[in-house]
Amino acid sequence: MSLIEVRDLRRTFRVRRRDDVVAVHDVSFDIEPGEMVGYIGPNGAGKSTTIKMLTGILVPTSGHLRVAGVDPSKRRTALASRIGVVFGQRTTLWWDLPLRDSFELLQKIYRIPPARYRQNLDRFLELLDLGDLLDTPVRQLSLGQRMRGDITAALLHDPEILYLDEPTIGLDVVSKGRLREFLRALNAERATTLLLTTHDLQDIEALCDRVMVIDHGSLVFDGALTQLQARGGSSRTLVVDLVDERPAIEVPGAVTVRVDGPRQWLTFPADASAAPIVSAVAAGYDVADLSIQEPDIEDVIRELYAGR
Amino acid sequence: MNGPGSLYVAIATRAFRRYSTYTGATVAGIFTNSVFGVISSFVLIAVWRANPDAGGYDTTDVVTYVWLGQAMIMTIALWGGGAPADLAARIKSGDVALDFYRPVGILGWYLAADVGRSAFHLLSRGLVPTLVGGLLFDLRYPSGPWVWMAFAASLPLALLVSFAIRFLLAMTAFWILDDQGATLLASAAAVFFSGLTVPLVLFPGWFGDLVRVLPWASYLQVPADVWLGQRSGWSAVAGLGLQAGWAAILLGACALLLRVAERRVVVQGG
Ligand SMILES: Nc1ncnc2c1ncn2[C@@H]1O[C@H](COP(=O)(O)OP(=O)(O)O)[C@@H](O)[C@H]1O
Ligand SMILES: [Mg+2]
Repeated sequence: MSLIEVRDLRRTFRVRRRDDVVAVHDVSFDIEPGEMVGYIGPNGAGKSTTIKMLTGILVPTSGHLRVAGVDPSKRRTALASRIGVVFGQRTTLWWDLPLRDSFELLQKIYRIPPARYRQNLDRFLELLDLGDLLDTPVRQLSLGQRMRGDITAALLHDPEILYLDEPTIGLDVVSKGRLREFLRALNAERATTLLLTTHDLQDIEALCDRVMVIDHGSLVFDGALTQLQARGGSSRTLVVDLVDERPAIEVPGAVTVRVDGPRQWLTFPADASAAPIVSAVAAGYDVADLSIQEPDIEDVIRELYAGR
Repeated sequence: MNGPGSLYVAIATRAFRRYSTYTGATVAGIFTNSVFGVISSFVLIAVWRANPDAGGYDTTDVVTYVWLGQAMIMTIALWGGGAPADLAARIKSGDVALDFYRPVGILGWYLAADVGRSAFHLLSRGLVPTLVGGLLFDLRYPSGPWVWMAFAASLPLALLVSFAIRFLLAMTAFWILDDQGATLLASAAAVFFSGLTVPLVLFPGWFGDLVRVLPWASYLQVPADVWLGQRSGWSAVAGLGLQAGWAAILLGACALLLRVAERRVVVQGG
């Protein structure tokens, strides 16, 4: 039995005077303990709806769902002690209270033993660099600081699973980087299972070995990140800067797809070696510079959405 | 301290502390309550000079009633607000879904927070204006330890009834997007039917009989009559019984409606 088991999970919403919206359409997957899984898809694809069902605050329309062996919507509060949830646009922190007070109340809610609480709090404050903000009321925190507070709040009770719904939305580059570093450390230290939804592919590239792609409620990809790159990315691109403007380069094994002044773009199969193409170009033309572009994961995913 | 009650104590303590940080608002509020107390006192002294013994109150009773009213306004959040207003905001923002997911009862949570808030407002916006009134006017005080005890029971019951009504109002945000009209109406009803503007003892006939048993009579009229000795013995017990009855019915309604709201969030998706 997997830690998270999802089979043919479906959720429809009744929208007034219109047909039902199928937000999640017969989705199936398993997640094992300690995995870090990225869950990506465009706006409205069904990511948040899936997370809500996994936490138990939304009842599935049909399908089978087990988290740590239990049906989340039936045993929501029992499960709450084993999972942590962070919704990027929502907060569990108390707006008018200092950060410290929210944490202390959570200690009581989850009955965290005092020694464990202090140990966890110290560790998270250090990793997330929040120590100086403990006495600041939540409403005075920046978005990035608040998000770090919310993540601490979600983790104080040592959950086995952490769901993060768009945790990096609206954060600046530095905050994003710090958050990714923290999540990596968390997974390494405690083997916490992570399921992370995002629009930001850099989150996935930095954190997740496994990616699930959802579009219009259906899972269109579930596999290793490298596999995703290989799949859509059937070709690589050689970018050539010539000394002078020239007509399109002609070399065997590659096709020139674009010419812009002295710069030209040549594509070739991703599984072919670049070396003979590079030597052929260098032999036949005056080259100022050369570079190779790997398939862009964004393009790959766009292709996935389009080819649905 | 990790027992079940300690969470609620912790919540109440945090709420008390939160309101205690709004120093400016507290000072301004004490000033306002005091000024309104003085004005109302002079108006009602003039009225009572023309109609002595109206409603069975003498001039000392009615002036005391005025100051008790000023003290109750924030202590029971008579007009509205307090912890249930925080709930309404969380319903509107959608954050309430996270409250349902936490392993702690929402009703108990917000009640504990409102008790903490109330305790702060009793000590600041309740006690201080009463002291001001006592310095400026001749007030009547409870005539003995039983009266003090009865008043000490009446006050938290007043808070429970007011809390339940405010909580019910806050929950309408689950169904109604714009609750400004309902909030305004509830506020006006509370101000009038609590007897804050005109003591309910002045209303004659069936209307008087009715307003004196509505839930809002628990806000001010019953505690004030206990304090003044207008209700003593069985009459005091009946007053406390009225408050306790409304508190039980309305809190029961809160619990029921909360379950309906929870089903709505969890089954229909908000
Ligand atoms: N409570 C709801 N009522 C009606 N429709 C909803 C509700 N929640 C989500 N939806 C719809 O379900 C679809 C999936 O939404 P969501 O899971 O929030 O997507 P994502 O998180 O991937 O952006 C969208 O079309 C959205 O409009
Ligand atoms: Mg979403």
